[in-house]
Amino acid sequence: MDHEYVISLIENNTRIDGRNFNDYRDIKIETGISKNADGSARCIIGDTEVIVGIKMDIGQPYPDSADEGSIVVGAELLPLSNPEFEPGPPGTQAIELARIIDRGIRESKAVSFKKLCIKKGEKCWMVFIDVYTINDDGNLIDAGALATLAALNGARFHKLEDDKINYNEYSNDKIKLEVVPITCTFGKINGKIILDPNSKEEKVLDARLSIATSNGKIYALQKGGDKGFTMEEINHMIDTAIHKEKELKRLIKVI
Amino acid sequence: METQNENILVKPREIVVPGQVLANGIDYLPNDGTYRDKNDIVSSKLGLVNIDGRVLKVVSLTGSYQPKENDVVIGRIADMGFSGWYVDIGSAHQANLSIRDVVDFIDRGADLARYYDFDDLLVAKIVKITRFKNVDITMKAQGLRKLKGGKIIEITPTKVPRVIGKQGSMISMIKDHSKCNIIVGQNGRVWIQGDNVADEILATKAIMKIEEASHVDGLTNKIKELLEEGRKNA
Amino acid sequence: MLEKRTDGRKFEELRKIEAKVGIIKRANGSAMFKIGDTIAIAAVYGPRELHPRFLQNPEKGVLRCIYDMTTFSVSERKKPGPNRRSTEISLVTEKALLPVLDLSMYPTSVIDVFIEIIQANSGTRCAGITAASMALAHAGIPMKDLVSAVSVGKVGGRIMVDLNKDEEDFKEFGGATDIPIAYIPRNGEFTLLQLDGEIHKEELIKALEIGREACKIIHKEQQKALKEIYKEIE
Repeated sequence: MDHEYVISLIENNTRIDGRNFNDYRDIKIETGISKNADGSARCIIGDTEVIVGIKMDIGQPYPDSADEGSIVVGAELLPLSNPEFEPGPPGTQAIELARIIDRGIRESKAVSFKKLCIKKGEKCWMVFIDVYTINDDGNLIDAGALATLAALNGARFHKLEDDKINYNEYSNDKIKLEVVPITCTFGKINGKIILDPNSKEEKVLDARLSIATSNGKIYALQKGGDKGFTMEEINHMIDTAIHKEKELKRLIKVI
Repeated sequence: METQNENILVKPREIVVPGQVLANGIDYLPNDGTYRDKNDIVSSKLGLVNIDGRVLKVVSLTGSYQPKENDVVIGRIADMGFSGWYVDIGSAHQANLSIRDVVDFIDRGADLARYYDFDDLLVAKIVKITRFKNVDITMKAQGLRKLKGGKIIEITPTKVPRVIGKQGSMISMIKDHSKCNIIVGQNGRVWIQGDNVADEILATKAIMKIEEASHVDGLTNKIKELLEEGRKNA
Repeated sequence: MLEKRTDGRKFEELRKIEAKVGIIKRANGSAMFKIGDTIAIAAVYGPRELHPRFLQNPEKGVLRCIYDMTTFSVSERKKPGPNRRSTEISLVTEKALLPVLDLSMYPTSVIDVFIEIIQANSGTRCAGITAASMALAHAGIPMKDLVSAVSVGKVGGRIMVDLNKDEEDFKEFGGATDIPIAYIPRNGEFTLLQLDGEIHKEELIKALEIGREACKIIHKEQQKALKEIYKEIE
């Protein structure tokens, strides 16, 4: 109901929570939030909360990458996090969220797939990354991506006995992030670009762009929304993302 | 000597929970948010105890809008039928607005959209709630009208009395300082219209502050300070 | 017979409890309940419009409970989504909560209760019901009382309360009999009662008796958590 209010504020260069156009809300990251997970984290951006848990399993390498393991990213938009989310299997929004997060990790090689190899051509570790939304106040993408990095950072491997997982013991192996790709999501409202849209702003966005970067390199892009961006706008958002990346990177203390 | 007070187990404005015993015996009467269980009067809600003579009530501090007859609400036209409109008032069901409750004379086959179109905002009054919880609203009373311009913000319905204040004192103070037109719907929707955005933001801040701290004492002074600060900076 | 518990607790002793209300801002009501290493969160939305329409009950509201576990809440990764076990737990959860609710106030509407298990170490359905109870109260839904739940059981011949995972999986001295219960202190009724194992009547009665006392302790924690949300704002 407050769509017009949000838009009129943006036109006056303010945001409903008083932030600048290039500001994130307060970000908090907590790790080890679920003991049975091999790695886990909670990321809170403003009032948005997302949790991620990692579980390793044994799988077969894909034929074209016999000496590599892989990641499998799933996301669920839990109905408890937003009155508009309905129970049921992941819909397009959940699938898009999972694939954006996957792309950032995969393309930046944040996790070394070669280190996930157990026996070339036969066995490898599959890193299952499951993203759950707990409270949706906008920008699930950036919260999900940060929680994923925090959960992967130092995630542990169980001991293998006769090529079977011993769920009672961990080995000394841990996942070490080779790269820390930071995802920044922008929205466009009436021609103005804002970073980290909250849920009220998301409702009136004309377009949205998520950018995953690390040290000046761009690893993933995803445009959403019904309208488009101009060349200048894209330029501006990438510059901002590259700049913000340095700040946000500090939230992940690589082990 | 036995006094009435021995049977009451809570203080006024104490926070109570469902299942909590508020009083024993027959001296007190259960009202909203309470029920009688043999010798006890028990709270059925999470909220503040209200002791009015012998009547015990528990006022909710949380929860979605429960329509009541005579409530003035802000609604949005959601759909149109043959003889009226369906209006979203933020409760479990849409309210019914019959054409008879808008104008006295209407041509057969008239286009309802001429009066109210999709997404129009109205200040309406609940006239009747049927046994099956159907809500009928009317536009035929003083002060009711279609809203033009302005902005809507939403607050928790249970906080509305605090935003209005005793005899409207709180909302008057906000209107004076912010210089905005403000209509507070019992359904938690608040319409604000000012000459500029800064004034509207000031009014919004004050109202949202009340929502956050509605049960706190000395709130009136805190809001007054907020408004005076805001006026200085404007 | 089992001499001591794996974690050194007394047979009638509960694991450490932590309860918090209002953890999910978008929900009408929400709560977290942690007992030992089991963590459950619950959110309530409603009363709200129920779709599809054929599910609506013109006489009273519908309570819809969905219990779900995250893939990483358990030792061996659980496939995401509902399974037969979670479907059954959703049903018994609904039956455990219904007795304290008066849904005739909300015809054709639905009250949605979503429970998510973040970390599992036995007693998850009970933790879910306990959290859901607090979330319903927080949502302003009138309730006769809060519902408190805990698992009791017979492990290695001993009757005990609040089984942990090792106890649930115990194989010696006759193994483990798991008895999840939910209890309403106000009227002394059990609203969840399941049993999985082998037990004599006298042992079962003893288990229910210590379970009832354990539920009363949990009940106090639930009440405390509900009242605490208002203390924080002050």
